[in-house]
Amino acid sequence: MKSHTALASVTLAVLSISAFPAAAGKISGNEFNPAISLILDGRYTDIDNSELELPGFQLGGEAGLPDNGFSTGHNELSISANIDDKFYGSMTSAIVYEEGETEIELEEAYIETLKLGSGFTIKGGRFLSSVGYLNSIHDHAHDFADRPLVYDALFGGHLVDTGVQVRWVAPTDLYLNFGAEVTSGSEFPGGENEGGNKGLAFFIKTGGDINISSSWQLGASYYQSEFDVREAGGHHHGGEEAGADNELLNGDVDVAGLDLVYKWAPNGNSKRINFKLQAEYFVKNEKGSAEFSEDAGMAEANYDGEQAGYYIQGVYQFMPAWRVGLRYDQLSADNTITDFVDGGIDEDEFLEESGLGVEGDDPTKSSLMVDYIPSHFSRIRMQYSKLDGGHSDTNDMIILQYTMSLGSHGAHTF
Amino acid sequence: MKIVTTAVSFTLLLFSLSASAKVNVFACEPEWKALVETLGGEHVKAFAATSAFQDPHYVEARPSLIAKTRQADLLVCTGAELEVGWLPLLLRQSGNASIQESELGFFLAAEQVERIEIPTVLDRSQGDVHASGNPHVHWGPYRLLAIAKALSERLIRIDSDNTDDYQANFRAFEGMWKKQIKSWETQAAQLKGKKVIVYHKNWSYMMNWLGIEAIGDLEPKPGIPPTSAHLASLLKKVRSTGADYILVANYQNDKGALWLSQKTNVPVINLPFTVGGSEKATDLVSLYNEVLTRLTTGVQQ
Repeated sequence: MKSHTALASVTLAVLSISAFPAAAGKISGNEFNPAISLILDGRYTDIDNSELELPGFQLGGEAGLPDNGFSTGHNELSISANIDDKFYGSMTSAIVYEEGETEIELEEAYIETLKLGSGFTIKGGRFLSSVGYLNSIHDHAHDFADRPLVYDALFGGHLVDTGVQVRWVAPTDLYLNFGAEVTSGSEFPGGENEGGNKGLAFFIKTGGDINISSSWQLGASYYQSEFDVREAGGHHHGGEEAGADNELLNGDVDVAGLDLVYKWAPNGNSKRINFKLQAEYFVKNEKGSAEFSEDAGMAEANYDGEQAGYYIQGVYQFMPAWRVGLRYDQLSADNTITDFVDGGIDEDEFLEESGLGVEGDDPTKSSLMVDYIPSHFSRIRMQYSKLDGGHSDTNDMIILQYTMSLGSHGAHTF
Repeated sequence: MKIVTTAVSFTLLLFSLSASAKVNVFACEPEWKALVETLGGEHVKAFAATSAFQDPHYVEARPSLIAKTRQADLLVCTGAELEVGWLPLLLRQSGNASIQESELGFFLAAEQVERIEIPTVLDRSQGDVHASGNPHVHWGPYRLLAIAKALSERLIRIDSDNTDDYQANFRAFEGMWKKQIKSWETQAAQLKGKKVIVYHKNWSYMMNWLGIEAIGDLEPKPGIPPTSAHLASLLKKVRSTGADYILVANYQNDKGALWLSQKTNVPVINLPFTVGGSEKATDLVSLYNEVLTRLTTGVQQ
């Protein structure tokens, strides 16, 4: 009798195991889902002229102005998690719909060490460079609807490349972070190079608290690359104008920058009111042999340029959920063109079409924004900007924008 | 020869320095700094990343915090997603291997105890909800004792040379805290059944402990500031069911509370939420004393 009971219970146990395998073993493993977040970005723009023209600057990368009317911006999907106890991984891709086509852009895909210790971290893959302050912060986390002019003019939006970053935090109460990056160097403002490894960057960041209510961060950075050929377009998303080729051959480029951020909130409690002041300055030196061709004509020249720009902005949260911000941008360019060769395109046309001609005053831009942030996860913004391209024509822009985040909780970067 | 002696004595000095070095503790909130100082005594050196005047959910991974995280041997934080916006960033930026999540140097207080108010539905339309439940565990005195025990054990594993001291410190704390719990329970007996409106669910553990009933939150949803429509509905509720107090933590905006108080004559009690939140709340015992005194005497701000 006893053995019968035992047999029955074994049978029952076997039955119950086979009936509910997932519940018993939890083998599905979807509790290990990484953190997923989706950023939804949409806008309505009223702009005089969607073509970004900055005399003296060869534009590349994603430099550009938004199109008139309704558009979706960068809808970003981001997936990240600790891979194991030694590595962290993250990928961010933007899904962009433009001119009837949907594109997937890989913004970042990198791994990072967690356990090197002694203050060292190594990052590898495709990532936003840590030069400057705003460069490593995705657009949706910026305080204005568009990037500062200097980022568009010198970096083609952001400096993002594939390579390796090493950084070291000093064991001191004063924050000191030193870093170096070796990257392909083929992304704007660099260009295609044979080794695919000519990008080099250094940065140092320091900062601390002044008192309980205010803190600061100061950074200095440097980037350089050498390239065989760099395509410049000036048109957003890297496309060249039909039939035209605008290239810089056998060139080299370097950019040096300084950035400063100051934040204030009474007692360090930023929830009700707070203020953020931020400024960055970059200067770029580049040279090479510039070639422009269109239809049957072409022209070439030796080019040596120095271009600089800065912006300064303040954002004030005057009551919970409401902020107002002001930003001022200025650029300047000083280009030298020698050994001009006319192959059917004269020098004036070459200077204009290649973007290398410096004419008129320094480009400036003034922006005013108001945003409403009802929760950690949603934001509605209105911005007005006036861009003065330097030839007495101004470009007015009004943007109404929403930026929303779904999924995992965002990071509170300083 | 002299050089060799100097070198040897210098090396010895370095060794003795490292042997007597204190455990460097990075506490995310002042309550954990206070607790680790009580349990660690002279063997720890603690730093609090936030003050009693800050909402620990809304902190940024600012440079000074990265610098401190870099130097920590032990990180004592609340967990339960309270620091989700900034702690992961600090960990990744610090380059410090010994405080990463898989290490002994990573200690989350809320993970040591059972939490209440674990949401059954996870949807952001319910506000900034914490999937792991209410993180404000330091207001449950029995839970705090359990956390203290786990933290003391962790200190012993990190710094076993001073095991005896850590054990003695814990025993002293345990005895004192148990006595305090009894006296607080006697003192607060009169609070049982009182109805309160809170700003945010900061006080749930304490209210469960003392039998205080929450009849509403000033925030329409967790993390969302009070709106006029929501305040109007609270006003209706208070008028129909009655309320004894409106509780606001010292770092919270009391505008809505004062408005409601004016309309209903229900007093607002402003309470220090953690150590340092008022002049008298200098450690965990004085914090509890201060809050219970304000509650039992109905002291208005």
